[in-house]
Amino acid sequence: MADYETPQTHEFPVIPTVMEGVMSHSAPFLSNAEFQSDLGFPGDGNLIDGWEDKFKDLLGDKLSKYRSLQVFMDTCVKCGACTDKCHYFLGTGDAKNMPVARQDLLRKVYRRYFTFAGKYFPKLVGAVDLSEAVVDEMYSYYHQCSECRRCAVFCPFGIDTAEVTMAARDILAQIGKGQKYSNQIIAKVHKIGNNLGLPGPALADTLEGLEEDVEDETGVKVRFPLDEKGADILLVTPSADFFAEPHVDGLMGYGKVFHAAGVSWTLSSKASEAANFGLFIGSYEQMRQVSLRIRDAAKELGVKRIIFGECGHAWRVAYNHLNTLAGPWDFLDQSYPIPQHILEFTKDCLDRGILNIDKSQNDDMTLTFHDSCNIARASRIGAEPGSQFTIPRAVIKAVCNNFYDMSADTIHDATFCCGGGGGLLTDDLMELRVKGALPRMEALKNVIADKGVTHMAAICAICKSQFTKVLPYYGMTMDQIVSVHQLVSNAIILDGQGDADEEESDSEEAA
Amino acid sequence: MTALSIIYVILFYAAMIILVAGVANKIMQYIRVPAPLKIAVTPAPLTRGGVAYRFFTEVVLFNSLFRATKWTWIFGWIFHLSLVLAFLRHLRYVISPNSFLWPLVNLEVVQSFGKYAGFAMLFGLTGLLARRIFVDRVRYISSPSDYLMLLLIIAIATSGLLMHYVWHTDIVQLKAFIMGLFLLDWQNLPSDPVLLGHLTLVLFLMMIFPISKLLHAPGLFFAPTRYQLDNPREKRHLSDWGAAIEAKDGRNK
Repeated sequence: MADYETPQTHEFPVIPTVMEGVMSHSAPFLSNAEFQSDLGFPGDGNLIDGWEDKFKDLLGDKLSKYRSLQVFMDTCVKCGACTDKCHYFLGTGDAKNMPVARQDLLRKVYRRYFTFAGKYFPKLVGAVDLSEAVVDEMYSYYHQCSECRRCAVFCPFGIDTAEVTMAARDILAQIGKGQKYSNQIIAKVHKIGNNLGLPGPALADTLEGLEEDVEDETGVKVRFPLDEKGADILLVTPSADFFAEPHVDGLMGYGKVFHAAGVSWTLSSKASEAANFGLFIGSYEQMRQVSLRIRDAAKELGVKRIIFGECGHAWRVAYNHLNTLAGPWDFLDQSYPIPQHILEFTKDCLDRGILNIDKSQNDDMTLTFHDSCNIARASRIGAEPGSQFTIPRAVIKAVCNNFYDMSADTIHDATFCCGGGGGLLTDDLMELRVKGALPRMEALKNVIADKGVTHMAAICAICKSQFTKVLPYYGMTMDQIVSVHQLVSNAIILDGQGDADEEESDSEEAA
Repeated sequence: MTALSIIYVILFYAAMIILVAGVANKIMQYIRVPAPLKIAVTPAPLTRGGVAYRFFTEVVLFNSLFRATKWTWIFGWIFHLSLVLAFLRHLRYVISPNSFLWPLVNLEVVQSFGKYAGFAMLFGLTGLLARRIFVDRVRYISSPSDYLMLLLIIAIATSGLLMHYVWHTDIVQLKAFIMGLFLLDWQNLPSDPVLLGHLTLVLFLMMIFPISKLLHAPGLFFAPTRYQLDNPREKRHLSDWGAAIEAKDGRNK
């Protein structure tokens, strides 16, 4: 495979000994001039002229615009609560992958130029001058953070490293050091409409193929409409759902649920992407531009509701920021949540008993569920705090007979990132992704050994892609990761679907 | 008045001004800087009452720290609780017996707990220092100032205990000095070395409060991750600078 080893999993988690610099070689490809200028960033991967002053100005600007950053720079007491919470630290043992050490890369510069103690007693408080070495280290380690916020859950002061990472990445991009992967993807969203660069006609083809697949499988014509004006619901889903496995099986699930519920819906070629990498690069402006496509699409199509498909950070942005960035949504039907999550829709259908479910269709699998970080810790699904944990499980249990949770300290708001979130799902960071997956892989292996679990369900496109890639490194197979709506798709029996399937179990609503 | 007393009068006023003005300045900054986006760490409360409860569990019980690491929690919690108790006991030096608060300050439980709190404080601080020295992760993230802060408070607690158990000072005169500061009727300060050491360190602590990590005390209440309500779909959240961007291109119309 490569010149690094997949970490060992254990029955109980092991906190590694701190090692200096073992991951200092890890950095994603720098953005070239083209991908920089596409987003209005300067430079070509090298530092621009006068970058030191620019850095200080940008940091000062961020501090005056983001209360989170200003407060978080000041309040850390170095208590150590976060030091063993990051999956990248647990997987690599690199000292600077401890959340506080990662924050300190920016904090020591903040202290040097913005605090009394750092200006006059830099050594005492660990303040340092800006230098190319300092910036390079930032580029490396701020791209070893998936902005998953696990550290923030455990911090006594609520310090969220993701906020620091986002600020740092945006500053770096603006002094010439942007990240190729994220920049390139955002440019594709602006130019073509989605991360994968799938143009409208190709999308139409794909959806047609999907309709044929579902008809072959079920004998029922389930529509996957594109750009249909006057539809009630606009579905915004990650573009990976259009063809990647197991994502596409989830998309089939959404289509079947909509079909069974008898609602009219459509996808949009303009907003054919739920993902919003503007979040990852810490750019309010980019995040807003990407969000506004959805507003434009909703207006053009005249829809009444917006529903998001399975995607973690997309849901974070949609849930928390869509109203801020692309609102107000006064032209939509106010009797539904704006936006709504597909699981909220499906759960409601299950509760109302309008889906015909045969749980035994999933009897070949024993499931567990991976809480995606951005849904667990940065948003909500459903009406109650914490229903982002109960609703996905309730839906899984409503369509599957066999379900077991992983160890309690690896689920709900203590869930581990898949290792590929936050703009790191790129091949140039494969070592980091493999190592960062360790805590989740360990918990998964243990529940496989203890409970006979065969598959792990997820509700995030990045999680699904990441696990597909890293499961084999840990001795498992790529098809052991499934979409939650893939399970729904398997179990749902549509009206008119092959009679052989309709034996005993009619609508069962476990919840 | 002795020259020493005059110096300490000046130091006390200076420290008080630096502490109050410095912290007020920081708090104003935290208030002034907007939070442009909803970033509550979820599950988060839906109501103001829920936020109050969340802060109660954090401020009083150190809930997140408890979840994170039991050792740091036990040492840190004992230290902070002792700090509160010691503070309450010290109120006897600044509150007149005629004050309506005096019966509370003079409660047996306040005075005796406050006394033993000194030992508990040393226990907590020693534990925190030991963690900083012996746990490799915490050692790695520690700067000289992190050790010095612990040593400073250890020295304050130790000198306080020494005054109570070994070298007594003239409490009556001390109180006269402190009350004099409030009434602008300055009195002499007892000149015992331990008392002077204790007071000097406390004054130093007050002065560095607004420029050190002690800002975690006010800062805690300004973390958007903790104080924000979980209601972004129900209520549009927009900062002034976010609104200005919108106004410029009109794309949210």
